[in-house]
Amino acid sequence: MAHIQVPEGIPGIRSLVMFRPETGKYLYELAQVLLRSLSSLSEGDRELIAAYVSGRNNCHFCMSSHAAAARCLFGDESAVVDQTLKDIETANISSKMKSLLNIAGKVQIMGTEVKQGDVDLARMEGATDREIHDTVLIAATFSMFNRYVDGLASFTPEDPDTYAEMGKRMASQGYVLPGNSN
Amino acid sequence: MPFIDLKNDLPGIRSAMAFRPETAEPLSALAEILLRDDEGLSRAERELIGTYVSYLNDCFYCHHSHGEIACIYLDGDRQVVDQVRKDFTKADISPKLKALLHVAGKVQRSGKAVTAEDIQLAKDTGASDRDIHDTVLIAAAFCMYNRYVDGLGTYAPTDMSSYPLRAMQIVENGYGSHIFKKPQPGAAK
Repeated sequence: MAHIQVPEGIPGIRSLVMFRPETGKYLYELAQVLLRSLSSLSEGDRELIAAYVSGRNNCHFCMSSHAAAARCLFGDESAVVDQTLKDIETANISSKMKSLLNIAGKVQIMGTEVKQGDVDLARMEGATDREIHDTVLIAATFSMFNRYVDGLASFTPEDPDTYAEMGKRMASQGYVLPGNSN
Repeated sequence: MPFIDLKNDLPGIRSAMAFRPETAEPLSALAEILLRDDEGLSRAERELIGTYVSYLNDCFYCHHSHGEIACIYLDGDRQVVDQVRKDFTKADISPKLKALLHVAGKVQRSGKAVTAEDIQLAKDTGASDRDIHDTVLIAAAFCMYNRYVDGLGTYAPTDMSSYPLRAMQIVENGYGSHIFKKPQPGAAK
């Protein structure tokens, strides 16, 4: 049971933003612009960064739902999602993506963990300043979402099919604030 | 020096926001509602939670910036702000705020660190569900802001006399794009 009285049976962050839509509105807007707006990083790559950080924060709800969204977005190459969550080094992803995930992992620990060398490495692999900025902010944002979801003990489904459905919706519709009728 | 070329010489989060105004918009709007909503927790209490979490995250720019804002709301009582940073259990604040700071400290470590007992303790001191919600989200949001500011290596002014000036700007005009679009307070014209 959640720590506060949120709508029953609604999973994760959806139940929290329905409790307090005034803040929920901007949380969803932030997710939408970071994960869906026009960017040289693919939507799949951005969802993968989100799932990776959520996994490191042990947030089962966010990790499972964003991994599911990433699998949908990668389509035929969906195997890279689980490879990355298991081990960045051996995953079949670009060196640039590995260097960005390295930065995201440092941000997850603490902002001050990121060093100029981490950023220089990503630049050497071809990452732009905008891509590095967005990686840092996605990792920081999920360090917030994960704490919000688990800090209030929101409902975390166990059934993988539930997440597959969520992932489909997230991949096709993006982040839309749920209404009270949902 | 910031790790990437942010194309401006603004301090802290202002420089990251000016680099990417599209994300600055929801980031500012979230801060405005979380830190300046007058229902439930006071503005001073909200800023103290932000200051405490930023201090735990070792974010120099954020804990000094929000500490100064809290100080203005507390009519200049810097001692309370310092006490909250160092040992809030000894600070001259309500039992309710102490219980909420305890929850915020858990959130700073991990969402999973918050226990039902921590929440019950807060409820026993009179905290409403909304107060608890806002405390958890303020603490979580500062775990984001702090990582954003330090993860990009943004510039944190060492001239401490500049912090109260920026704090007054926030107290008077709130959070929004003006903090990176308008001339910086105290800067040469």
